[in-house]
Amino acid sequence: MSSRLFCAAVVALVSAGALSSASAQAEDKSIIVQSTTSTANSGLYDHLLPIFKEKTGVTVNVVAVGTGQAIKNAQNCDGDVLLVHSKASEEKFVADGFGGPRTDLMYNDFVIVGPPADPAGVAGSSDAAAALKRISDANALFASRGDDSGTHKKEKSLWKAAGVDTAAVSGKWYRETGSGMGATLNAGIGMGAYVLTDRATWISFKNKGDYTIAVEGDKALFNQYGVILVNKEKCPSIKADLGQSFIDWLLTGEGQKAIASYNVNGQQLFFPNAPTS
Amino acid sequence: MAFALVASGDGDLYEIIGLSLQVSLTALFASCIIGFGLGTFIAVTRFPGRAVAIITFNTMMGLPPVVVGLLVYLALSRSGPLGVLGLLYTPAAMIIAQTILITPIVTALSRQIVEDLFNEYDELFRSLSVPTLQAMGAVLWDARFSLITVALAGFGRAIAEVGAVMIVGGNIDHLTRVMTTAIALETSKGDLALALALGIVLLAISMTVNALALSLRSTAARQAYA
Repeated sequence: MSSRLFCAAVVALVSAGALSSASAQAEDKSIIVQSTTSTANSGLYDHLLPIFKEKTGVTVNVVAVGTGQAIKNAQNCDGDVLLVHSKASEEKFVADGFGGPRTDLMYNDFVIVGPPADPAGVAGSSDAAAALKRISDANALFASRGDDSGTHKKEKSLWKAAGVDTAAVSGKWYRETGSGMGATLNAGIGMGAYVLTDRATWISFKNKGDYTIAVEGDKALFNQYGVILVNKEKCPSIKADLGQSFIDWLLTGEGQKAIASYNVNGQQLFFPNAPTS
Repeated sequence: MAFALVASGDGDLYEIIGLSLQVSLTALFASCIIGFGLGTFIAVTRFPGRAVAIITFNTMMGLPPVVVGLLVYLALSRSGPLGVLGLLYTPAAMIIAQTILITPIVTALSRQIVEDLFNEYDELFRSLSVPTLQAMGAVLWDARFSLITVALAGFGRAIAEVGAVMIVGGNIDHLTRVMTTAIALETSKGDLALALALGIVLLAISMTVNALALSLRSTAARQAYA
Protein backbone atom coordinates (compact mmCIF):
# COMPACT_ATOMS: atom_id res chain seq x y z
CA MET A 1 0.00 0.00 0.00
CA SER A 2 1.54 3.28 -1.04
CA SER A 3 1.76 6.05 1.52
CA ARG A 4 0.02 8.44 -0.87
CA LEU A 5 -3.02 6.16 -1.06
CA PHE A 6 -3.04 5.94 2.73
CA CYS A 7 -2.93 9.74 3.06
CA ALA A 8 -5.78 10.11 0.59
CA ALA A 9 -7.87 7.63 2.56
CA VAL A 10 -7.16 9.55 5.77
CA VAL A 11 -8.15 12.88 4.22
CA ALA A 12 -11.32 11.39 2.75
CA LEU A 13 -12.41 9.86 6.05
CA VAL A 14 -11.66 12.94 8.11
CA SER A 15 -13.49 15.26 5.73
CA ALA A 16 -16.43 12.85 5.64
CA GLY A 17 -16.57 13.10 9.42
CA ALA A 18 -16.33 16.88 9.35
CA LEU A 19 -18.97 17.17 6.63
CA SER A 20 -21.50 15.01 8.38
CA SER A 21 -21.07 17.00 11.59
CA ALA A 22 -21.47 20.16 9.56
CA SER A 23 -24.73 18.89 8.09
CA ALA A 24 -26.00 18.12 11.62
CA GLN A 25 -25.19 21.75 12.41
CA ALA A 26 -26.88 23.11 9.35
CA GLU A 27 -30.20 21.55 10.33
CA ASP A 28 -31.61 24.73 11.79
CA LYS A 29 -35.06 23.57 12.75
CA SER A 30 -34.02 21.83 15.92
CA ILE A 31 -33.95 22.70 19.58
CA ILE A 32 -32.26 21.23 22.63
CA VAL A 33 -34.32 20.37 25.69
CA GLN A 34 -32.46 19.97 28.97
CA SER A 35 -34.61 17.41 30.71
CA THR A 36 -34.98 15.28 33.79
CA THR A 37 -34.37 11.56 33.18
CA SER A 38 -37.79 10.21 34.16
CA THR A 39 -39.54 11.76 31.15
CA ALA A 40 -36.95 10.28 28.79
CA ASN A 41 -36.45 6.85 30.40
CA SER A 42 -40.18 6.24 30.62
CA GLY A 43 -40.52 6.73 26.87
CA LEU A 44 -42.69 9.86 27.04
CA TYR A 45 -40.56 11.76 24.53
CA ASP A 46 -40.64 8.86 22.07
CA HIS A 47 -44.42 9.27 22.20
CA LEU A 48 -44.60 13.10 22.08
CA LEU A 49 -41.77 14.21 19.81
CA PRO A 50 -42.84 12.44 16.59
CA ILE A 51 -46.27 14.09 16.89
CA PHE A 52 -44.68 17.51 17.34
CA LYS A 53 -42.21 16.93 14.51
CA GLU A 54 -45.02 15.86 12.18
CA LYS A 55 -46.91 19.06 12.91
CA THR A 56 -44.08 21.62 12.86
CA GLY A 57 -41.04 19.96 11.26
CA VAL A 58 -38.99 20.86 14.34
CA THR A 59 -36.59 18.24 15.70
CA VAL A 60 -36.41 18.21 19.48
CA ASN A 61 -33.08 16.93 20.82
CA VAL A 62 -33.35 15.76 24.40
CA VAL A 63 -30.42 15.77 26.81
CA ALA A 64 -31.66 13.68 29.75
CA VAL A 65 -29.77 14.30 32.97
CA GLY A 66 -30.80 14.89 36.58
CA THR A 67 -32.77 18.06 37.35
CA GLY A 68 -29.77 19.66 39.10
CA GLN A 69 -27.47 19.11 36.13
CA ALA A 70 -30.18 20.09 33.62
CA ILE A 71 -30.57 23.45 35.37
CA LYS A 72 -26.80 24.00 35.42
CA ASN A 73 -26.53 23.15 31.71
CA ALA A 74 -29.37 25.57 30.94
CA GLN A 75 -27.62 28.27 32.99
CA ASN A 76 -24.61 27.74 30.71
CA CYS A 77 -26.94 28.40 27.74
CA ASP A 78 -26.58 24.80 26.54
CA GLY A 79 -30.29 24.28 25.94
CA ASP A 80 -33.33 26.16 24.64
CA VAL A 81 -35.97 24.67 26.92
CA LEU A 82 -35.79 23.31 30.46
CA LEU A 83 -38.19 20.54 31.50
CA VAL A 84 -37.62 19.39 35.08
CA HIS A 85 -39.40 18.61 38.35
CA SER A 86 -38.20 20.62 41.31
CA LYS A 87 -40.39 23.68 41.72
CA ALA A 88 -38.17 25.53 44.22
CA SER A 89 -35.07 25.18 42.01
CA GLU A 90 -37.07 26.13 38.92
CA GLU A 91 -38.36 29.28 40.60
CA LYS A 92 -34.84 30.19 41.64
CA PHE A 93 -33.71 29.68 38.02
CA VAL A 94 -36.40 32.12 36.89
CA ALA A 95 -35.72 34.60 39.73
CA ASP A 96 -32.03 34.65 38.80
CA GLY A 97 -33.00 35.72 35.28
CA PHE A 98 -31.89 32.58 33.42
CA GLY A 99 -35.30 31.99 31.89
CA GLY A 100 -39.00 32.20 32.31
CA PRO A 101 -41.81 32.23 32.90
CA ARG A 102 -42.17 28.81 34.55
CA THR A 103 -45.38 26.93 33.81
CA ASP A 104 -46.86 23.78 35.35
CA LEU A 105 -46.92 21.07 32.68
CA MET A 106 -47.99 17.77 34.22
CA TYR A 107 -47.71 15.73 37.39
CA ASN A 108 -47.54 12.26 38.80
CA ASP A 109 -46.26 11.06 42.15
CA PHE A 110 -43.33 9.51 43.94
CA VAL A 111 -43.46 6.10 45.57
CA ILE A 112 -41.15 4.24 47.93
CA VAL A 113 -40.38 0.75 46.65
CA GLY A 114 -39.04 -2.00 48.85
CA PRO A 115 -38.17 -5.69 49.11
CA PRO A 116 -40.93 -8.24 49.82
CA ALA A 117 -39.42 -9.03 53.25
CA ASP A 118 -40.20 -5.41 54.24
CA PRO A 119 -37.62 -5.19 57.09
CA ALA A 120 -38.96 -1.84 58.31
CA GLY A 121 -42.61 -2.89 58.20
CA VAL A 122 -43.75 0.04 56.07
CA ALA A 123 -45.65 -1.76 53.31
CA GLY A 124 -49.13 -0.36 52.75
CA SER A 125 -48.32 2.92 54.48
CA SER A 126 -49.50 6.20 53.00
CA ASP A 127 -47.50 8.44 55.33
CA ALA A 128 -44.09 8.99 53.72
CA ALA A 129 -42.42 10.78 56.65
CA ALA A 130 -43.57 8.19 59.17
CA ALA A 131 -42.38 5.39 56.87
CA LEU A 132 -38.93 6.95 56.54
CA LYS A 133 -38.77 7.33 60.34
CA ARG A 134 -39.47 3.61 60.68
CA ILE A 135 -36.82 2.76 58.08
CA SER A 136 -34.37 4.84 60.09
CA ASP A 137 -35.42 3.26 63.41
CA ALA A 138 -35.05 -0.23 61.92
CA ASN A 139 -31.66 0.70 60.35
CA ALA A 140 -33.08 -0.81 57.16
CA LEU A 141 -31.09 -0.10 54.00
CA PHE A 142 -32.16 2.93 51.95
CA ALA A 143 -30.60 3.81 48.57
CA SER A 144 -30.58 7.53 47.82
CA ARG A 145 -29.89 9.28 44.50
CA GLY A 146 -27.48 11.65 46.22
CA ASP A 147 -27.09 13.63 42.99
CA ASP A 148 -29.00 16.88 43.59
CA SER A 149 -31.74 15.74 41.20
CA GLY A 150 -35.42 16.60 41.61
CA THR A 151 -36.08 13.22 43.20
CA HIS A 152 -33.13 13.67 45.56
CA LYS A 153 -34.39 17.09 46.62
CA LYS A 154 -37.84 15.63 47.29
CA GLU A 155 -36.25 12.84 49.31
CA LYS A 156 -34.24 15.28 51.41
CA SER A 157 -37.38 17.27 52.21
CA LEU A 158 -39.10 14.04 53.31
CA TRP A 159 -36.20 13.08 55.60
CA LYS A 160 -36.39 16.55 57.08
CA ALA A 161 -40.10 16.08 57.75
CA ALA A 162 -39.26 12.72 59.35
CA GLY A 163 -36.68 14.39 61.59
CA VAL A 164 -33.85 12.09 60.46
CA ASP A 165 -30.32 13.41 59.88
CA THR A 166 -29.12 11.28 56.95
CA ALA A 167 -25.66 12.87 56.84
CA ALA A 168 -24.79 11.12 60.10
CA VAL A 169 -25.69 7.66 58.76
CA SER A 170 -24.47 8.01 55.16
CA GLY A 171 -22.48 4.92 54.23
CA LYS A 172 -24.14 2.86 56.97
CA TRP A 173 -27.78 2.02 56.21
CA TYR A 174 -28.21 5.20 54.15
CA ARG A 175 -26.47 4.62 50.79
CA GLU A 176 -25.99 7.54 48.39
CA THR A 177 -25.34 6.19 44.89
CA GLY A 178 -24.68 9.59 43.31
CA SER A 179 -26.25 8.45 40.05
CA GLY A 180 -29.46 8.48 38.04
CA MET A 181 -32.82 6.97 38.94
CA GLY A 182 -32.33 3.76 36.97
CA ALA A 183 -28.83 3.17 38.31
CA THR A 184 -30.04 3.82 41.85
CA LEU A 185 -32.92 1.36 41.40
CA ASN A 186 -30.49 -1.25 40.04
CA ALA A 187 -28.20 -0.71 43.04
CA GLY A 188 -30.99 -0.50 45.62
CA ILE A 189 -32.69 -3.66 44.39
CA GLY A 190 -29.32 -5.39 44.30
CA MET A 191 -28.64 -4.63 47.95
CA GLY A 192 -32.21 -5.02 49.24
CA ALA A 193 -32.69 -1.33 50.04
CA TYR A 194 -35.78 0.89 49.99
CA VAL A 195 -35.73 3.46 47.17
CA LEU A 196 -37.74 6.63 46.51
CA THR A 197 -38.61 6.82 42.82
CA ASP A 198 -41.04 8.66 40.58
CA ARG A 199 -43.87 6.41 39.50
CA ALA A 200 -43.22 6.84 35.75
CA THR A 201 -39.68 5.46 36.01
CA TRP A 202 -40.88 2.65 38.27
CA ILE A 203 -43.69 1.49 35.97
CA SER A 204 -41.44 1.44 32.91
CA PHE A 205 -38.43 -0.02 34.78
CA LYS A 206 -37.59 -3.52 33.61
CA ASN A 207 -35.33 -4.84 36.38
CA LYS A 208 -37.81 -4.73 39.27
CA GLY A 209 -36.90 -8.15 40.61
CA ASP A 210 -39.41 -9.03 43.36
CA TYR A 211 -39.76 -5.40 44.48
CA THR A 212 -43.15 -3.79 44.96
CA ILE A 213 -44.45 -0.37 45.93
CA ALA A 214 -44.38 -0.07 49.73
CA VAL A 215 -45.46 3.51 50.31
CA GLU A 216 -47.75 5.63 48.12
CA GLY A 217 -50.63 8.06 48.26
CA ASP A 218 -49.15 10.74 50.55
CA LYS A 219 -49.84 14.32 49.45
CA ALA A 220 -46.17 15.05 50.18
CA LEU A 221 -45.24 12.61 47.38
CA PHE A 222 -46.79 14.85 44.71
CA ASN A 223 -44.45 15.28 41.74
CA GLN A 224 -44.95 18.39 39.61
CA TYR A 225 -43.16 18.90 36.30
CA GLY A 226 -42.58 22.41 34.97
CA VAL A 227 -41.38 23.83 31.67
CA ILE A 228 -39.29 26.99 31.15
CA LEU A 229 -37.91 28.82 28.11
CA VAL A 230 -34.27 29.85 28.55
CA ASN A 231 -33.75 33.63 28.56
CA LYS A 232 -32.71 34.95 25.14
CA GLU A 233 -31.18 38.08 26.68
CA LYS A 234 -28.79 35.98 28.79
CA CYS A 235 -28.20 33.43 26.05
CA PRO A 236 -28.32 35.06 22.59
CA SER A 237 -27.57 31.71 20.93
CA ILE A 238 -30.83 30.04 21.95
CA LYS A 239 -33.69 29.52 19.51
CA ALA A 240 -36.42 31.32 21.43
CA ASP A 241 -39.10 31.09 18.71
CA LEU A 242 -38.77 27.35 18.18
CA GLY A 243 -38.43 26.73 21.92
CA GLN A 244 -41.57 28.77 22.60
CA SER A 245 -43.49 26.92 19.90
CA PHE A 246 -42.62 23.62 21.58
CA ILE A 247 -43.68 24.93 24.99
CA ASP A 248 -46.91 26.35 23.55
CA TRP A 249 -47.69 23.01 21.94
CA LEU A 250 -47.04 21.12 25.20
CA LEU A 251 -49.23 23.46 27.23
CA THR A 252 -52.25 23.59 24.94
CA GLY A 253 -54.92 21.08 23.95
CA GLU A 254 -53.02 18.81 21.58
CA GLY A 255 -49.85 18.51 23.67
CA GLN A 256 -51.75 17.99 26.90
CA LYS A 257 -53.89 15.32 25.25
CA ALA A 258 -50.78 13.59 23.91
CA ILE A 259 -49.27 13.53 27.42
CA ALA A 260 -52.47 12.05 28.87
CA SER A 261 -52.66 9.39 26.18
CA TYR A 262 -49.20 7.95 26.92
CA ASN A 263 -49.33 4.76 28.91
CA VAL A 264 -47.15 1.78 29.73
CA ASN A 265 -48.81 -1.57 30.43
CA GLY A 266 -52.17 0.20 30.44
CA GLN A 267 -51.09 2.64 33.16
CA GLN A 268 -51.07 6.38 32.53
CA LEU A 269 -47.68 7.79 33.57
CA PHE A 270 -48.16 11.56 33.43
CA PHE A 271 -51.22 13.69 34.16
CA PRO A 272 -51.34 17.01 32.27
CA ASN A 273 -52.18 20.03 34.43
CA ALA A 274 -51.12 23.12 32.48
CA PRO A 275 -53.15 26.18 33.49
CA THR A 276 -56.03 26.76 31.06
CA SER A 277 -56.17 30.32 29.86
CA MET B 1 -30.51 -11.90 21.53
CA ALA B 2 -27.51 -10.00 20.13
CA PHE B 3 -27.82 -11.91 16.86
CA ALA B 4 -31.57 -11.36 16.76
CA LEU B 5 -30.92 -7.67 17.29
CA VAL B 6 -28.56 -7.39 14.34
CA ALA B 7 -30.64 -9.68 12.15
CA SER B 8 -33.81 -7.69 12.86
CA GLY B 9 -32.38 -4.94 10.67
CA ASP B 10 -33.41 -2.31 13.18
CA GLY B 11 -32.57 1.01 11.49
CA ASP B 12 -31.90 2.71 14.82
CA LEU B 13 -29.29 0.12 15.72
CA TYR B 14 -27.42 0.56 12.43
CA GLU B 15 -27.56 4.33 12.89
CA ILE B 16 -25.99 4.00 16.35
CA ILE B 17 -23.32 1.57 15.11
CA GLY B 18 -22.55 3.90 12.18
CA LEU B 19 -22.12 6.91 14.44
CA SER B 20 -19.93 4.95 16.86
CA LEU B 21 -17.60 3.97 14.03
CA GLN B 22 -17.66 7.41 12.44
CA VAL B 23 -16.77 9.18 15.70
CA SER B 24 -14.13 6.74 16.92
CA LEU B 25 -12.45 6.19 13.55
CA THR B 26 -12.28 9.93 12.83
CA ALA B 27 -10.82 10.51 16.31
CA LEU B 28 -8.36 7.68 15.66
CA PHE B 29 -7.14 9.15 12.37
CA ALA B 30 -6.68 12.57 13.95
CA SER B 31 -4.81 10.99 16.85
CA CYS B 32 -2.59 8.93 14.55
CA ILE B 33 -1.62 11.98 12.51
CA ILE B 34 -0.72 13.89 15.67
CA GLY B 35 0.55 10.95 17.71
CA PHE B 36 2.78 9.20 15.14
CA GLY B 37 4.49 12.49 14.31
CA LEU B 38 4.86 13.61 17.90
CA GLY B 39 5.93 10.15 19.11
CA THR B 40 8.56 9.85 16.38
CA PHE B 41 9.83 13.34 17.05
CA ILE B 42 10.31 12.59 20.75
CA ALA B 43 11.89 9.24 19.89
CA VAL B 44 14.60 10.48 17.50
CA THR B 45 15.48 13.91 18.87
CA ARG B 46 17.15 14.93 22.10
CA PHE B 47 15.94 18.13 23.73
CA PRO B 48 15.75 19.56 27.23
CA GLY B 49 12.63 18.36 29.02
CA ARG B 50 12.41 15.23 26.87
CA ALA B 51 12.13 12.96 29.91
CA VAL B 52 9.36 15.15 31.27
CA ALA B 53 7.53 14.94 27.94
CA ILE B 54 7.78 11.13 27.94
CA ILE B 55 6.51 10.87 31.52
CA THR B 56 3.70 13.31 30.73
CA PHE B 57 2.45 11.34 27.72
CA ASN B 58 2.81 8.02 29.55
CA THR B 59 0.77 9.45 32.42
CA MET B 60 -1.87 10.89 30.10
CA MET B 61 -2.55 7.38 28.77
CA GLY B 62 -4.55 7.03 31.98
CA LEU B 63 -6.68 10.15 31.44
CA PRO B 64 -10.14 9.42 32.87
CA PRO B 65 -12.69 9.81 30.01
CA VAL B 66 -15.11 11.62 32.30
CA VAL B 67 -12.46 14.27 33.06
CA VAL B 68 -11.74 14.76 29.36
CA GLY B 69 -15.49 15.04 28.77
CA LEU B 70 -15.81 17.65 31.47
CA LEU B 71 -12.93 19.74 30.11
CA VAL B 72 -14.29 19.61 26.56
CA TYR B 73 -17.77 20.43 27.88
CA LEU B 74 -16.43 23.50 29.71
CA ALA B 75 -14.59 24.62 26.56
CA LEU B 76 -17.46 24.03 24.11
CA SER B 77 -20.35 25.12 26.34
CA ARG B 78 -22.12 28.24 25.09
CA SER B 79 -20.71 30.03 28.10
CA GLY B 80 -17.21 28.61 27.49
CA PRO B 81 -14.34 30.03 25.42
CA LEU B 82 -15.28 28.06 22.27
CA GLY B 83 -19.04 28.33 22.76
CA VAL B 84 -19.55 30.44 19.64
CA LEU B 85 -18.72 27.42 17.49
CA GLY B 86 -21.94 25.76 18.65
CA LEU B 87 -20.28 22.34 18.72
CA LEU B 88 -21.60 21.00 22.03
CA TYR B 89 -24.02 18.06 21.60
CA THR B 90 -22.76 17.31 18.07
CA PRO B 91 -20.66 14.39 16.75
CA ALA B 92 -17.82 16.89 16.23
CA ALA B 93 -17.63 17.49 19.99
CA MET B 94 -17.43 13.74 20.57
CA ILE B 95 -14.62 13.43 18.01
CA ILE B 96 -12.69 16.22 19.75
CA ALA B 97 -13.09 14.56 23.16
CA GLN B 98 -11.99 11.13 21.93
CA THR B 99 -9.06 12.62 20.04
CA ILE B 100 -7.82 14.23 23.25
CA LEU B 101 -8.37 10.95 25.06
CA ILE B 102 -6.42 8.68 22.71
CA THR B 103 -3.70 10.95 21.28
CA PRO B 104 -1.51 10.39 24.38
CA ILE B 105 -1.89 6.61 23.96
CA VAL B 106 -0.87 6.74 20.29
CA THR B 107 1.96 9.16 21.06
CA ALA B 108 3.41 7.23 24.01
CA LEU B 109 3.23 3.79 22.39
CA SER B 110 4.57 4.92 19.01
CA ARG B 111 7.38 6.79 20.79
CA GLN B 112 8.47 3.55 22.44
CA ILE B 113 8.28 1.46 19.25
CA VAL B 114 10.04 4.03 17.08
CA GLU B 115 12.70 4.63 19.71
CA ASP B 116 13.57 0.92 19.94
CA LEU B 117 13.88 0.77 16.17
CA PHE B 118 15.80 4.03 16.00
CA ASN B 119 18.40 2.74 18.45
CA GLU B 120 19.18 -0.04 15.96
CA TYR B 121 19.51 2.42 13.07
CA ASP B 122 21.22 5.24 14.93
CA GLU B 123 24.81 4.40 14.01
CA LEU B 124 23.91 3.88 10.39
CA PHE B 125 22.11 7.23 10.24
CA ARG B 126 25.11 8.92 11.86
CA SER B 127 27.67 7.40 9.52
CA LEU B 128 25.59 8.51 6.52
CA SER B 129 24.77 11.92 8.12
CA VAL B 130 21.07 11.47 7.47
CA PRO B 131 19.06 14.63 8.30
CA THR B 132 16.69 14.27 11.30
CA LEU B 133 13.51 14.71 9.28
CA GLN B 134 14.54 12.05 6.81
CA ALA B 135 15.56 9.72 9.65
CA MET B 136 12.14 10.24 11.25
CA GLY B 137 10.43 9.34 8.01
CA ALA B 138 12.56 6.23 7.57
CA VAL B 139 11.99 4.75 11.04
CA LEU B 140 8.30 5.66 10.95
CA TRP B 141 7.93 3.80 7.67
CA ASP B 142 9.82 0.77 8.92
CA ALA B 143 7.72 0.70 12.10
CA ARG B 144 4.44 0.87 10.18
CA PHE B 145 3.29 -2.68 10.91
CA SER B 146 3.83 -2.33 14.66
CA LEU B 147 2.06 1.02 14.55
CA ILE B 148 -1.12 -0.70 13.35
CA THR B 149 -1.27 -2.35 16.76
CA VAL B 150 -0.79 1.06 18.35
CA ALA B 151 -3.70 2.39 16.32
CA LEU B 152 -5.82 -0.57 17.42
CA ALA B 153 -5.06 0.20 21.08
CA GLY B 154 -6.25 3.75 20.49
CA PHE B 155 -9.35 2.55 18.65
CA GLY B 156 -10.17 0.14 21.46
CA ARG B 157 -10.03 2.92 24.00
CA ALA B 158 -12.15 5.27 21.87
CA ILE B 159 -14.92 2.84 20.89
CA ALA B 160 -15.24 1.54 24.47
CA GLU B 161 -15.37 4.78 26.45
CA VAL B 162 -18.65 6.20 27.67
CA GLY B 163 -17.71 8.99 30.09
CA ALA B 164 -16.55 11.60 27.59
CA VAL B 165 -19.12 11.12 24.81
CA MET B 166 -21.96 11.05 27.34
CA ILE B 167 -21.09 14.53 28.62
CA VAL B 168 -20.18 16.30 25.36
CA GLY B 169 -22.63 14.42 23.12
CA GLY B 170 -25.58 14.29 25.51
CA ASN B 171 -26.72 10.84 24.27
CA ILE B 172 -29.32 12.51 22.01
CA ASP B 173 -31.43 10.05 20.05
CA HIS B 174 -30.70 10.10 16.28
CA LEU B 175 -27.96 12.71 16.77
CA THR B 176 -25.26 11.77 19.27
CA ARG B 177 -26.26 8.34 20.60
CA VAL B 178 -23.45 5.79 20.23
CA MET B 179 -23.13 2.17 21.33
CA THR B 180 -21.70 2.85 24.79
CA THR B 181 -24.19 5.58 25.71
CA ALA B 182 -27.03 3.38 24.42
CA ILE B 183 -25.80 0.58 26.68
CA ALA B 184 -25.68 2.96 29.66
CA LEU B 185 -29.21 4.14 28.83
CA GLU B 186 -30.67 0.64 28.60
CA THR B 187 -28.96 -0.28 31.88
CA SER B 188 -30.56 2.71 33.57
CA LYS B 189 -33.94 1.65 32.17
CA GLY B 190 -33.36 -1.69 33.84
CA ASP B 191 -33.39 -3.50 30.48
CA LEU B 192 -30.27 -5.50 31.29
CA ALA B 193 -30.82 -8.10 28.57
CA LEU B 194 -30.93 -5.48 25.81
CA ALA B 195 -27.92 -3.68 27.36
CA LEU B 196 -25.92 -6.90 27.35
CA ALA B 197 -26.97 -7.70 23.77
CA LEU B 198 -25.77 -4.25 22.67
CA GLY B 199 -22.50 -4.93 24.50
CA ILE B 200 -22.00 -8.12 22.52
CA VAL B 201 -22.72 -6.26 19.28
CA LEU B 202 -20.10 -3.66 20.27
CA LEU B 203 -17.53 -6.40 20.89
CA ALA B 204 -18.35 -7.94 17.52
CA ILE B 205 -17.74 -4.59 15.82
CA SER B 206 -14.40 -4.24 17.58
CA MET B 207 -13.48 -7.73 16.49
CA THR B 208 -14.34 -6.95 12.87
CA VAL B 209 -12.18 -3.84 12.91
CA ASN B 210 -9.30 -5.78 14.48
CA ALA B 211 -9.62 -8.57 11.93
CA LEU B 212 -9.62 -6.06 9.06
CA ALA B 213 -6.54 -4.36 10.49
CA LEU B 214 -4.75 -7.68 10.86
CA SER B 215 -5.52 -8.77 7.32
CA LEU B 216 -4.45 -5.35 6.03
CA ARG B 217 -1.23 -5.79 7.93
CA SER B 218 -0.45 -9.24 6.61
CA THR B 219 -1.39 -8.33 3.02
CA ALA B 220 0.82 -5.27 3.16
CA ALA B 221 3.64 -7.22 4.81
CA ARG B 222 3.51 -9.87 2.11
CA GLN B 223 3.79 -7.23 -0.60
CA ALA B 224 6.57 -5.38 1.24
CA TYR B 225 8.76 -8.44 1.69
CA ALA B 226 7.82 -10.30 -1.50
